Amino acid sequence: MDRAVAIDVSKLGKVFDGATAIEDISFQVFAGEIFGLLGPNGAGKSTTLRILMTLLRPTSGQATVLGHDVVQEPEQVRRLIGYVPQERAIDRFLTGREHLQLLADLYHLPKAESPRRIDELLRLVDLEDKADQPAKTYSGGMKRKLDIACGLLPNPKVIFLDEPTLGLDVQSRLRIWDYVRGLRARGITVVMTTNYLDEADQLCDRLVIIDGGRIKALGSPGELKAGLGGDIVSVTLSTAEMGRVETLAAALKGHPAIRAVSTTQTGLDIRVESPEKTLPAVLEAANRLACRLEFIEYHRPRLDDVFVAHTGHAIREEFPNAEEE
Amino acid sequence: MNEYRQEIGALTMRWVRRLSREKFSMLFTLVQPMLFWLIFFGNLFQRAADVRVVQAPNYISFLAAGVVIMTVLNNGLAGGVDLLFDKENGFLERLMSTPIHRSSVILSRFIFVMTITSLQVLVILGVAYLFGVRPATGFLGVVVILLIGLLFGVGLTAISMAMAFSVKSHGDFFSVLGFLSLPMIFLSSALVPLAAMPTWMGVLARFNPMTWAIDAVRPLILSGWAEALGPVAMVVVVMVAFDALCLYGSARAFRRAMG
Repeated sequence: MDRAVAIDVSKLGKVFDGATAIEDISFQVFAGEIFGLLGPNGAGKSTTLRILMTLLRPTSGQATVLGHDVVQEPEQVRRLIGYVPQERAIDRFLTGREHLQLLADLYHLPKAESPRRIDELLRLVDLEDKADQPAKTYSGGMKRKLDIACGLLPNPKVIFLDEPTLGLDVQSRLRIWDYVRGLRARGITVVMTTNYLDEADQLCDRLVIIDGGRIKALGSPGELKAGLGGDIVSVTLSTAEMGRVETLAAALKGHPAIRAVSTTQTGLDIRVESPEKTLPAVLEAANRLACRLEFIEYHRPRLDDVFVAHTGHAIREEFPNAEEE
Repeated sequence: MNEYRQEIGALTMRWVRRLSREKFSMLFTLVQPMLFWLIFFGNLFQRAADVRVVQAPNYISFLAAGVVIMTVLNNGLAGGVDLLFDKENGFLERLMSTPIHRSSVILSRFIFVMTITSLQVLVILGVAYLFGVRPATGFLGVVVILLIGLLFGVGLTAISMAMAFSVKSHGDFFSVLGFLSLPMIFLSSALVPLAAMPTWMGVLARFNPMTWAIDAVRPLILSGWAEALGPVAMVVVVMVAFDALCLYGSARAFRRAMG
């Protein structure tokens, strides 16, 4: 597979006042794909994104965007990228059209060309009706759409989205996802951060899981899930039986169709090659031990499972040292 | 060069638009609190202030120069506030991700703050005129007063922007602002001439660049060119040094904040 590399990140590190934000981050983004940086708040996603956008200088390592080094040639990088920051980066007193007009001038579009381009973008994100209202009258979803229009204004080859659906309602999220897929359809390389597992799963062609400033896993959602090795059978025991959970686990270990068994708060997670062969074995073992099962469930691995497997914790857990943003 | 002009024009226009959207804020920007100092303080102390001490026909004509420079002080020190909000809500990052000259954002702010300040100074001088204060040096004198205001304002705005880029929160910013501005006014020749101050205050006031600016503006209003030329030449020297220092500091703060 020799796909064109749009972004090449090599051993990137950033230290803020003695605190390490990211360390040894390396990955490649292929041209025309949607690439995700997935991780909890404070994991280092935004720091990585900001370095790629030339807003921060890395402490160590290198990164190139479309062949231009982000430290040596920031000007060239800025000419090729678009940025969709988090929702609040909007001037509430300016209208949608004025936002785009401002950016048109900052990207040095010829004055004669910009009105046409601005109309085109307003139409693309369905904001024509509200184009001349101040942004403070916009809903969260509309602000997001304006953000995307702003990001598209320079006609970028690469677009960076920072938490594109943070705090949006379900309908707006789905619409934003459609826009993001639309970007890919136009041949734009999309790099986005997210802390929503379903978003990464549905939207990203490939992603990295970042936690504690380091890369924990890299691949397509499918590869990552397959990498866990098989589907999962979850067994729930009644509370009275929880004392015997280890005995049951021991009885199941070593079975040819079972890859791994791990204890959970309510029972067991059993990683299996095929559920057909395993289910009878589980039931048989439980029967033999006279261990009453409350509930048994089978599912394909989700990105949640991938995240837990690689980081040792769920994405929503709060950490005392997790910084804001 | 064309690109530079396009950026700065668009960014300056944004500040103007923001101001014009806030009708109240626009009204209060022009009818600013500084007018109250001139009108109320000036008239209140008309009889309490000894004209032999202030060496002016009346207190309000003495105070006019002080109020002009106080206006410059307040505008300058508050000049970075909008950049602070831009920094906090991420708008600054959006601007910085575009291929603009790094200095354009700052320059647009200077242009905007200086224009507003000059308009306010004209309003102050206009109201003073209604109270019978006629600048002794005439139209040209008013132009020189505006230039002195610009020289002082550039340094102050630079300090304000440096603070905006350095502080952790806007709470800190406003605390420092509130803490700075009153001592700056009392420890200057705005309200009382240096000679009439307690010795220790007079000594401190001499180190306040504001004193130099006021002492140059005052003879332009009260006396005439003969007395004004010396202090005006002096204030140019002082302000060039002051501005150089402030601009150096703010450039450093900006570079640090922008990684």
